[in-house]
Amino acid sequence: MINYDIIQKLVTFFGIIEGKLMSLIHLENIEKVYDTGEIPVQALRSINLEIQTKTFVSFIGPSGSGKTTLLNIIGCLDKPTDGKVFVNNIDVGMLNRAESAVFRAKTIGFVFQNFNLIPVLTVYENVEYPLLMLGRIPLKERRSRVLRLLEKVGMTDQKDKYPNKISGGQKQRVAVARALVTNPQIVLADEPTANLDHTSAFKIISIMHEMTNEFGTTFIFSTHDPKIVGEAEILYTLEDGAIVNTEQRKAV
Amino acid sequence: MKMRNLIIIAFRNLFRNKRRTILTSSLIAFGVVLVVVFGGLAISFKSQMIGILTNTAMGDLQIHRKGYVESIDNQPLHLTLSGTELADVEKMLNGMPEVASYSPRIKFGAMISNYAQTSNIRLSAVYPEMENRTVSELIKRIKGQITSPDEFLKPGEILVPENLMKGLSLKIGDEIVLVATNKDGSVNAVTLRIAAVMENVFGPSGKDGYIHIQDGQTLLRMDQPEIVEIAVHLQKFDRLNGVFEQLMKESDQPESSIEVHTWEQLSPFSSITRIVDLLILVVKFILISIVLVSILNIMTMSVYERISEIGTIAAIGTPPSRILSLFLIEGFAIGLLSTFGGIVIGIGTLSLMNLTRIDFTFGQMDISLAPGIPAGEVFWIAVIVMFVSLFAGFHPAYKASKMEPVDALGHV
Ligand SMILES: Nc1ncnc2c1ncn2[C@@H]1O[C@H](COP(=O)(O)OP(=O)(O)OP(=O)(O)O)[C@@H](O)[C@H]1O
Ligand SMILES: [Mg+2]
Repeated sequence: MINYDIIQKLVTFFGIIEGKLMSLIHLENIEKVYDTGEIPVQALRSINLEIQTKTFVSFIGPSGSGKTTLLNIIGCLDKPTDGKVFVNNIDVGMLNRAESAVFRAKTIGFVFQNFNLIPVLTVYENVEYPLLMLGRIPLKERRSRVLRLLEKVGMTDQKDKYPNKISGGQKQRVAVARALVTNPQIVLADEPTANLDHTSAFKIISIMHEMTNEFGTTFIFSTHDPKIVGEAEILYTLEDGAIVNTEQRKAV
Repeated sequence: MKMRNLIIIAFRNLFRNKRRTILTSSLIAFGVVLVVVFGGLAISFKSQMIGILTNTAMGDLQIHRKGYVESIDNQPLHLTLSGTELADVEKMLNGMPEVASYSPRIKFGAMISNYAQTSNIRLSAVYPEMENRTVSELIKRIKGQITSPDEFLKPGEILVPENLMKGLSLKIGDEIVLVATNKDGSVNAVTLRIAAVMENVFGPSGKDGYIHIQDGQTLLRMDQPEIVEIAVHLQKFDRLNGVFEQLMKESDQPESSIEVHTWEQLSPFSSITRIVDLLILVVKFILISIVLVSILNIMTMSVYERISEIGTIAAIGTPPSRILSLFLIEGFAIGLLSTFGGIVIGIGTLSLMNLTRIDFTFGQMDISLAPGIPAGEVFWIAVIVMFVSLFAGFHPAYKASKMEPVDALGHV
C-alpha cells in the first residue's frame, strides 16, 4: 500500500522549494460530459476552482446545474472527462480504484442527502467504521474518538441504537460524526439538508460549521435552499455546468 | 479492517432477511442430509454386498493357472497348479504379510445320482480348515449339523446345494454317487454321504456343492493335488489394490505360470457396486447444483438490494477487496451453517436408522444395513459445499466490488 503521508510530505517539501504549492483543492479546466443517453450532456464546462483549507464553502444552483457532479469529482468518486484535479497536491486522476479508496478514507469525509448509514451497524459502529478503514488504530483510541464525536453531535445516549430506530435529523448528525471521525481535511456534503425539516436542517449546518471551526476542516456542501446558504463563507453559484458567480462572505 | 469486523457485518446482513436466509439454508441443508443419508445407506449396502461376495465364496483375490479365467465356463482340468509351481505360489502367499489366509480348490463339473435320477453339479473340492479361514461366512450357508467350523466337511461327505436337494428329492444322510471325467478323459465314480445342505447365494460358485479335497483327488484320479483355484483372503480389504499390484508384478514375469484376479474382475455383480458409486456421485452432483444455484441466487439478490449501501461504503473508503471479502464471507457463512446443520441432521437420521436396522433380501442375499458414513466422507462433503459456496458467491461479490461508487450511490 502506498504511504500517502510520505508522499504528502515530499510533495509539500518540493512545493515549498519551488514556491508553487497549490491550494487544498485545485481544479483546472474541468469538463464533464455524460455520453450515456441519446445526446451527450455537458454537465460541467471549464471549471477552474481553488479552495483553501479551513473554509466553509457552498455550491448553489438549480436542479441539473452540476452540483452533484462537481462534488463527486472533488471527492474522487468520479473522474472528469477533461482537466486536472489536485486534492492536497495529489493528482487524483492518477489513482486507481483501490488507491482512490484509501485516499478518500484518509482525506475526505462524506455526508449524503439520504444519510446512508449502514443499517446493520449501530450508531456507535457506524461512526467507528471509517476508523476501521484506516487500520491500525488501537481500540481504546477508536473508542475515545467515536465517543467524542457522538458527544459533539449530541448522540451519545443513542449510540447503541440501529439507524432505523432514530429520526432523520438524528441520522444526519450521526453521519456528520462519521464524516469527521477520521479528522479528514475535507468534508463533502451533497444536499445534506434536503430530507430534513427546517429546524433539523439549521441544526445540522450549524453543527457542521462549529465542528469545522474546531477541527480545521474544509467543508463543502451543496444546496438549493437559499436560507441554508447563510452560513457559507464562500458561495459559488452554478448554472448549466459553469460557475456563474462567486461570493466571498464574512464568517458569521 | 479486521476479519472479525467483516464477519460480524456479514452475519448481521444474513439476519436482515431471516426468512430468505432460512429458506436458502434449509435447501442446502436438505441437500447435505440427502447426501449423508443416501451415502450412508449406499456405502453400507455396498460394503455388505462386497462382504457377502468375498466372504462366502470368492475371497478377495483369486489365483489360477494362466489362461484359466478365459475359459472358466468349461472348468478345464488341464489348467491347474501342482508340484513345485503350487509350492512356489504357496511360498509367495505365506511370505506376504497382507495375506491373512488362502484356500486351494479343485473346481470341476460332475454328475450326481441318487441311483434313480441324475443331474449335473458343479463342485469345489477344498481343505475345510483353509476354506473356512478364507471365506468365513461360508459356514453360515450350511444348513445341518457340523461339528466345528474348521471341520465342516470330512472325507466321504458332500454338501449339496439346496436346489439339487429338491430336484433329486434328497435328504441329509442320503448316499449319492458322483461321476466325473478326469483330464485324460476316463470316467470315475465315488459314493458320498450328504452331510448338510448349502444355501444358494448369488455370485460365482453360489450353487456349488462342496467335497473334501481327498475325495476330489480320488474322483479325478490325481496322484497329488492339482489345484484349479486359490482364493486369497486379506488382513485388510482396503489393501486390495496394493496386494493385487504386487501379485500382478509376479505374474507378469515370463516364467510365471499364474494369473491373478480381484473379486471385482470375477464377479458379474461387481458392476452393482459401481452403479452404487455412480449413484452417490449423482446425488453429490445434485447437492453441488443446489448449493451453486441457491448461493448464487441469494447473493445476487443480496448485492442487488444493497447497491446504494455498497456505494456508501465504497465512497467512505472501503477498498474493493474488502467489499469482495464481505460478500464472499456472507455466501460462505450460509454454506457453512447449512452444511453443519445438514450433517447433524443427516448423521442423526442415520443413527435413528441404525436403531431399527434395515433388513431386506437382495437377490438371495440377506442384507441387514447398518448405515453409517465414514468421517472422511463427511469431511469431503463439507469441503465441497464450502468450496462451492465460495465459488457461487464469487460472481455477485466480484460485481459488488467492481461497482463505481458514483453509480452505486445514485442507485436508490
Ligand atoms: N449518470 C449520469 N448520466 C447521464 N447524465 C447525468 C448523470 N448524472 C448527471 N447527469 C446530468 O448532468 C447534469 C448535472 O447533473 P447533477 O446531478 O450534477 O446536477 P445537480 O445540480 O446535482 O442537480 P440536483 O439539484 O437535481 O441534484 C444534469 O443535466 C444531469 O441530467
Ligand atoms: Mg444533485
